[in-house]
Amino acid sequence: MSLKHHLTAPLIGNNPITLQILGICSALAVTTTLSTAVTMSVALTVVLALSSGLISLIRHHIPPSIRLIIQITIVASIVILIDLFMQAFMFEMSKKLSIFVGLIVTNCLVLGRAEAFAMRNPVLPSVLDGIGNGLGYALVLLIVGALREFFGAGSLMGIPLVTTVADGGWFQPLGLMQLAPSAFFILGLLVWVVRVLRPEQAERPEFRLETVEDRRP
Amino acid sequence: MSELLIKSIFQENLALSFFLGMCTFLAVSKRVDTAVGLGLAVIVVQAITVPVNYLIFNLLLLEGAWAWAGLPEVDLTFLKLVSFIGVIAAMVQILEMTLDRFAPRLYRALGIFLPLITVNCAILGGSLFMVERHYDFQQSVVYGIGSGAGWALAIITFAAIRERLKYSDMPRGVEGLASAFIVTGLMSLGFSAFSLVTP
Repeated sequence: MSLKHHLTAPLIGNNPITLQILGICSALAVTTTLSTAVTMSVALTVVLALSSGLISLIRHHIPPSIRLIIQITIVASIVILIDLFMQAFMFEMSKKLSIFVGLIVTNCLVLGRAEAFAMRNPVLPSVLDGIGNGLGYALVLLIVGALREFFGAGSLMGIPLVTTVADGGWFQPLGLMQLAPSAFFILGLLVWVVRVLRPEQAERPEFRLETVEDRRP
Repeated sequence: MSELLIKSIFQENLALSFFLGMCTFLAVSKRVDTAVGLGLAVIVVQAITVPVNYLIFNLLLLEGAWAWAGLPEVDLTFLKLVSFIGVIAAMVQILEMTLDRFAPRLYRALGIFLPLITVNCAILGGSLFMVERHYDFQQSVVYGIGSGAGWALAIITFAAIRERLKYSDMPRGVEGLASAFIVTGLMSLGFSAFSLVTP
């Protein structure tokens, strides 16, 4: 496996959200607008790269019985730094993201990669794996965020692209897109699209309708 | 008080309107009985940790909390995340040991779900919302119980739907995760009707 593989595999082939089912909470909550999605993606990628690197650096010194506590403490310290940084330099944005920056601590993606990858691999591949998974997560967030903001408000990154009916234009914003259910729908449809394009990712159904062919001896 | 309880169960459901605890929500909802076990565990842990975190935050971390020791300008609020996650992990551990000692049957029923709860973001989210919304002690008790109950209600209902769903004939690619998301979306849409409910 080349180093590049760690960076590109999590984008579509082994995407943290659509295949590994990790880190979904924040993926849905921060996608009402594109700008919050971008900020959250950057924050998560930084946390993931730093925590994977740090944990991998001290992996030989961590006693296995208390490894989870150590991992959580490292992740929490990095998240606190990011949170304070955002409150200092991007106060409006940190208000909008409310508790979700803090919740990166319990984001299973961060702990999952630490446990599954950083504990067993050298520093450079771990950092690359962290960045790659962060980018895979960012890709999904950006798609969902762009769709929700465009159809919900007719703008992207806060810049109006089409004039809405309220401003005398023709575009009727879809109110549902700003509400919680639409995030589930879009993510569900996205997973469907990925699995149609990559059939090997689809789950086998537990039960199947019996067809005429099955009955033939 | 009853208004806050109803709001935290239905209108501001942690799972369906704030997307908290989604990973566990999707992973442990294939059968109703496991969902009931996890739901109960979440209610208990949430009802304990939100008030305990309230006390820790207000008595130890808040600016001026150390005034009695002659340190009025000490502000430890930046330690909020670390101490909350520590409290949650410790509480889960204590609960596990207490149940093992005094209620072994309940312990066996909840057993494997308790450790999972430490990394469930609904629990940490509940405590962070308590700080962000400036609840007082009474409110934080009510909010802890209500938000836990709301999460449990959501996962039990979802598991019940999912148990029936596995017999349905879905297009390829929709089975499993995609259908789970779409069903959760529909449930979330249904729960938004509760915004009209007032006590």
